[in-house]
Amino acid sequence: MKLLKLIPDNTNIKFLRWRVPFYGVSILLMIASIVLVFTQGLNLGVDFVGGQTIRITFAEEVAPVAEARQEIDALGYGEPIIQQIGQPNQISVRMKLPDESDSALSDRMVRDIRETLEANHPGVEIGSARSVSGKVSNELFRTGMIALALAMLGISIYIWVRFEWQFGVGALFALAHDVTLTIGLFALTQMEFDLSIVAAILTLIGYSLNDNIVIYDRVRENLTKYRKMPLPELLDLSVNETLSRTVVTSTSTIITLAALLLLGPDVIFGFTAAIIFGIFVGTYSSIFMATPILIWLGVTSDSFIPAESRADAQERRVKGQA
Amino acid sequence: MLDFPPWKRLWLWGVSLFFALAAIPSLVTLAGLTWPSVLPQPMINLGLDLAGGSHLMLEADPRQVARQRLETMEESVRTALRDAEPRIRVGDFSTAGGRLSFMLEDPSQVDAARDVIEPLTTGAGLTGQRDWTIQVVDGNRFILTQTRAGLDLAVENAMEAATEVVRKRIDAMGTREPTIIREGPERIVVDVPGLKDPQALKDLLGQTAELEFKLVDQSALPSDVAQGIAPPGSEIVPGAPGSDYEGTQIAVRRLGGIRGDSLVRAQQTYDPQTNEPVVSITFDPQGGARFARLTSENVGKPFAIILDGQVISAPNINEPIIGGSAQISGNFTAETANQLAIALRSGALPVDLTVVEESSISAELGADSIEKGAIAIIVGLVALVLFMILTYGRFGLYTIAALVLNLFMILGVLALLGPLAALTLPGIAGLVLTLGTAVDANVLINERIREERARGRRVVAAVEAGYKESSSAIFDANITNVIAALIMFVFGTGPVRGFAVVLTIGIVTSVFTAVTMTRMWVAGWLRRKRPADIVL
Repeated sequence: MKLLKLIPDNTNIKFLRWRVPFYGVSILLMIASIVLVFTQGLNLGVDFVGGQTIRITFAEEVAPVAEARQEIDALGYGEPIIQQIGQPNQISVRMKLPDESDSALSDRMVRDIRETLEANHPGVEIGSARSVSGKVSNELFRTGMIALALAMLGISIYIWVRFEWQFGVGALFALAHDVTLTIGLFALTQMEFDLSIVAAILTLIGYSLNDNIVIYDRVRENLTKYRKMPLPELLDLSVNETLSRTVVTSTSTIITLAALLLLGPDVIFGFTAAIIFGIFVGTYSSIFMATPILIWLGVTSDSFIPAESRADAQERRVKGQA
Repeated sequence: MLDFPPWKRLWLWGVSLFFALAAIPSLVTLAGLTWPSVLPQPMINLGLDLAGGSHLMLEADPRQVARQRLETMEESVRTALRDAEPRIRVGDFSTAGGRLSFMLEDPSQVDAARDVIEPLTTGAGLTGQRDWTIQVVDGNRFILTQTRAGLDLAVENAMEAATEVVRKRIDAMGTREPTIIREGPERIVVDVPGLKDPQALKDLLGQTAELEFKLVDQSALPSDVAQGIAPPGSEIVPGAPGSDYEGTQIAVRRLGGIRGDSLVRAQQTYDPQTNEPVVSITFDPQGGARFARLTSENVGKPFAIILDGQVISAPNINEPIIGGSAQISGNFTAETANQLAIALRSGALPVDLTVVEESSISAELGADSIEKGAIAIIVGLVALVLFMILTYGRFGLYTIAALVLNLFMILGVLALLGPLAALTLPGIAGLVLTLGTAVDANVLINERIREERARGRRVVAAVEAGYKESSSAIFDANITNVIAALIMFVFGTGPVRGFAVVLTIGIVTSVFTAVTMTRMWVAGWLRRKRPADIVL
């Protein structure tokens, strides 16, 4: 049986020849993401800004969004943010809490919305409702950001300990790249950014590092194997040697995640989309961001040779004199 | 490396099957069949987002506890100084700024006053700190300040008691398997599976349920009362919304009333005459005696029944109530009367609790998520089977076998952990993700074997090198995932935690199946067939 080979044997692609333009493009994309976050803003969910969301399924084929907006608006609790989610007949309605300190009032708001919709659209169903106070949402936002920072730092430190400091810095930069672009995607598409998206980003931090590690592991091996090879050539060799694995693993991960995105529950669409995007970006960044940076950070073939200890140096001197 | 003696094979298969079989009861149940009850039945616990249900986060305000402590302290100080021998006269009480301050009329009694007040404070915390500090300024002014440790301890005690009250109330509602846990110093999280509309639960928990019986001050002028001015010794209490007294004010005597904490029974019944829903209560013997005295001394006068600082009714005392039982009416529906009865039975909350986060998910949405999740897993798995077999042939088969075993083992571990680890919606995503990435270890190994073959190594040596040389990358890659998952577990809440748990379990089981089990299978095949070449 002839086996499928996505990547032919013994490729010799000069990935690093184009490192400067690739870096330029990536840094531009990172800046664009940051600019988008500040200009467009993120569509933050109630987890992070507080408020009330209600998930509603209509009996009709297509949700009457405009009508629902008018009916809810007429209740006088403020303007609803209505988004279509999942199926065409499902929407999510987001409201600000009328008064933080008066939970009875927000209860009445939910009841009023429910009753109005039930009266005007027979067969309407409330799938889920969630309300978060401003205080809690502030806390969730803070802990989310702390978790992201800790994960990036923790993993980079681990890489530093297992490899060398240049590799830790490389990993950290690649992670910053992946996370920035993913958040930029959310600013661009205005998909809702909530707690589960932070979890998705944490996940892709872990997984985008897989590729990094596999390549770094090979770089380390080759550095001790080919002591005389120039670094750019050696890095290219390492990327090429692991290329087949990188592609096969990314493909298999994306196959399963695509099934989840297309067939899975609508509730986690954004979550799955974030991870898929992150895996693409992560695969790219481990080849084009994390690897070339090793040249600029001055990795040499001596990086993994244990430095001569003081005792050994002493001994050598003594011997030399004798 | 490739040597697997029979005992080792037996051991590895035993471990795999033990965990994999643990998943069967849950899968049978999810498929809508019944699992025979005579067999052991570890079940996967479904999170609220899959099972449907309500989640509430309740928060207490520590300032309220501080205020209560201040009031209690004022009472104790006044009583203690009055009862001291000789009596210590004081004046100019103030509780401004959260501190209790007062002045001695006779400065020479400073030491005597200190001796009386000091025993009112207690130790708080491990450092030997007291719960109040006592200062004397200007020779005769006492200032009592709450210490941080004292307040923390009081909040802690209040929350402990409040959690108990919440538990009693929810149990009385008859809902099944609620989870009630303290979170941080000031919060309680309540998860009730299967409860679609949390409104009743919120009403029940939102009630402090502090019941008081106080005499109505009939000497008060209606015009004064309307303006909120009470005669000395009395206070103004508003009527409760929904009662006959809504929108009115009533003056009641501050002292000489009875508090509802001496109840032994509270039940929703119907008034025999009006057939209106009422709550009938029974006092304990001391409370009953005090209630009998109050009612027999005040026949013909009205008294107010006050719930959480609002008058719900103010009937006339027609005759002394001796038996220790009474009825509370207040325009109740059967449901509100029942709620009040539950609240009274479980005792008053020591602090008010407000809902700061709430979510409810319908069981239908949860069931829909499970169904779609299962479809996604099956489709993803089938696609992956094809891809792996096309790419790695026989070695792809081993990879797939490991993957299926891995899936069962994750579910089995979840089932064995039971209530300790619920499967949530992100958890399903975690399962799918684990499927995709668990093959990574095998991909690394298989690619390495290919490389080693290309370099001209013999089959057995190439396979051995493949497993050996890829182990460091597999190990490092999995550790970074564990770091991410741990951080999610520590910082995340409910559903996200479920995701982190599945990821972590998946990492451990996938290394086991993808590295150890496939090596055993490959070794067995190599020994049996001794192939001179392998297709890879």
